[in-house]
Amino acid sequence: MSVETTAKEKKQKKSRVQMPEQEPKVRARNFFEVPTGYTAEMSKEEASRCLQCKNPGCVEGCPVGVDIPGFIKLIHDGDFTKAIRHIWTMNSLPAVCGRVCPQESQCEGKCILAKKGEPVAIGNLERFAADWERANGTGALPPKAAPTGKKVAVVGAGPAGLTVAGDLIQKGHEVTVFEAFHKPGGVLLYGIPEFRLPKEIVAQEVNFLERLGVRVECNSVVGRTVTLDELFEQGYQAIFLGVGAGLPKFMNIPGENLVGILSANEYLTRANLMKAYLFPKVDTPIPRGKDVVVLGGGNVAMDSARTALRLGADRVRLVYRRSREEMPARAAEAHHAEEEGIEFFLLTNPVRYIGNEKGRLVGMECIKMELGEPDASGRRRPVAVKGSEFKIDCDLCIVAVGTGANPLLTSSTPDLKLNKWGYIDTEPASGKTMKKGVWAGGDIVTGSATVILAMGAGRIAANSMHAYLMRGW
Amino acid sequence: MFKIVKREEMSQGTVVLNEIEAPLIAKKAKPGQFVILKANENGERIPLTMAYTDPERGIIAVIYQVVGKSTALFKTLNVGEGYQDVIGPLGKPTHIEKLGKVVCVGGGTGVAVLHPITRAMKQAGNHVIAIIGARTKDLLILEEFMKSASHELHICTDDGSYGRHGFVTHALKDILDKEKVDLVVAIGPVPMMKFVSKLTKEYNVPTLVSLNPIMVDGTGMCGGCRVSVGGKNQFACVDGPEFDGHQVDFDELMMRLQAYCEEEKMCHNEFCMLEESWHKK
Repeated sequence: MSVETTAKEKKQKKSRVQMPEQEPKVRARNFFEVPTGYTAEMSKEEASRCLQCKNPGCVEGCPVGVDIPGFIKLIHDGDFTKAIRHIWTMNSLPAVCGRVCPQESQCEGKCILAKKGEPVAIGNLERFAADWERANGTGALPPKAAPTGKKVAVVGAGPAGLTVAGDLIQKGHEVTVFEAFHKPGGVLLYGIPEFRLPKEIVAQEVNFLERLGVRVECNSVVGRTVTLDELFEQGYQAIFLGVGAGLPKFMNIPGENLVGILSANEYLTRANLMKAYLFPKVDTPIPRGKDVVVLGGGNVAMDSARTALRLGADRVRLVYRRSREEMPARAAEAHHAEEEGIEFFLLTNPVRYIGNEKGRLVGMECIKMELGEPDASGRRRPVAVKGSEFKIDCDLCIVAVGTGANPLLTSSTPDLKLNKWGYIDTEPASGKTMKKGVWAGGDIVTGSATVILAMGAGRIAANSMHAYLMRGW
Repeated sequence: MFKIVKREEMSQGTVVLNEIEAPLIAKKAKPGQFVILKANENGERIPLTMAYTDPERGIIAVIYQVVGKSTALFKTLNVGEGYQDVIGPLGKPTHIEKLGKVVCVGGGTGVAVLHPITRAMKQAGNHVIAIIGARTKDLLILEEFMKSASHELHICTDDGSYGRHGFVTHALKDILDKEKVDLVVAIGPVPMMKFVSKLTKEYNVPTLVSLNPIMVDGTGMCGGCRVSVGGKNQFACVDGPEFDGHQVDFDELMMRLQAYCEEEKMCHNEFCMLEESWHKK
């Protein structure tokens, strides 16, 4: 037996360093972050589990291609300053990604250790490096290429747009980000709750880009305040569209306009962007349901359910039409939600809402479902069980069944080609749209997906934009 | 910051006009469109349809009624101060075309929203009759503006203190009985728009109303502003704010407008108490 194999076996035997978390009962009533982060010792300990594979699967699994073994080695060596700078070369938003990426299906899912036991906690380590820099770092910026004199506009300050901005500013271009909301961050700000991604961290990540020279123009609704053609007239030579999907879907069943039924977009925007959980200290109100039903099984449904609990609900039920296996939520989110006491009503679908004489929601009628043949998505199609209708009481319902393409920008730009769902048609290898000088990426191209996939699309577009700016279309 | 350059109180101080520096919005805004205003860091996003704009001076004007905490806060803003955030122009502009005879009916602060539409309808070559109403004379706004924006102006007060004694619907009915009208534009409190639409339906006259439901982002993202129009869900922020009055479910809209009435009361009372104690100091 060689020395190398022994070392490998030793590493495999070490178990993964668990990240400390707030107790479920405590955290279910506050908005503080749930996992509290590794200490330096914990991170070095966890980093020592990495086998430093020659052909690392984890990097393949990362949509933005972070050199994972590279930064983990730096953490292991205790050089945290170098570790974060090493991540920055491929990822401008590590504090975000360490927290919200679905690592189990990406980097960690491909970790060689996962075959026999637990994968290296790559997400936790990435988070540690970013948090350490924020708390103790020098703040020194990564190097920037010489100015090219080219001007780039980025529409939408979400994960896709911020990635493009970070990549192109480092390549020497002048970058302005236009954001429709009054604060930058996109879904990181309005969608993901404070207890999963503190807003201060989003602000810091944006501030990092601003210190690199990115200009952020809030309150700019591109398509209304200014059009794409006007941006070209103003001297922008390339434009990236990362406006998100952002058109909430409803169930389209009777009673949906009763007071007490909100889209997850509205509920979470009130809670997160407008900080309505602090009402009346802030001016934006949010309905505080006692008996809450959330429709859906994705991350947004989990976020809504857990927010409702923190806003004082006695009971929160998640109604999802398929089974646990088909739930699209990140494993950690579903696990956290259950720990906190969210009840899962699986294989159940609402049929109609029930209101009182004041037009307020008091309950809903649901029907049991069973799984039939696989549909186009490969998941088994849920089919209603005849005669299985039943009623449940509720005073608040959050509809988290997905989003569609928001037509605000695309309808004001007729020369963009859209697909049949209204998403922007792009060339996958470059992110180029059918309109010259315009790229797009993220949810407005793919439909609702993840933060990291939007960032991956941003990376692809940024490379193509850079090539265009330096060499032509 | 978006600076307030002119401020005027109307209707015994219950209605306030602000001219705000917002050059990009002023350049783009068309009659019927709205903006979202947020006073400060902790402020609420409040949608208001613009009363007029002056692209050359780079200003937009809004006229709002003080009804809750947020508008009470707006009222405390003086010339030289301003709003932290102004977003727009949002919503679809009014479809302006030459139709023949157009009656523009406004109530309360709805007259502010109606004014630019009235003017544009006149400029498009329509014969424009305007009817504006208020509870009492002192609450009437923009009389002079509306006079110059239309060919004929009728005024109604509920208590008879000025103009015709009665509701705007009475004045409108007289006109509909006498002459052929091609379009009615009605903007005001929801019950007013409801009864105008009911009346014009009897006469089969197409009717536009401008709705102001609760909304957060104003760009189609939250769905809070959904209204039933002809049995279908529409988002007032992107599909409207103007809709066919004969198709709108006004009763549902009124119920949805009450969604936060408890929170509103609590928040507003607290603010008024704070203001009061501050003034006592």
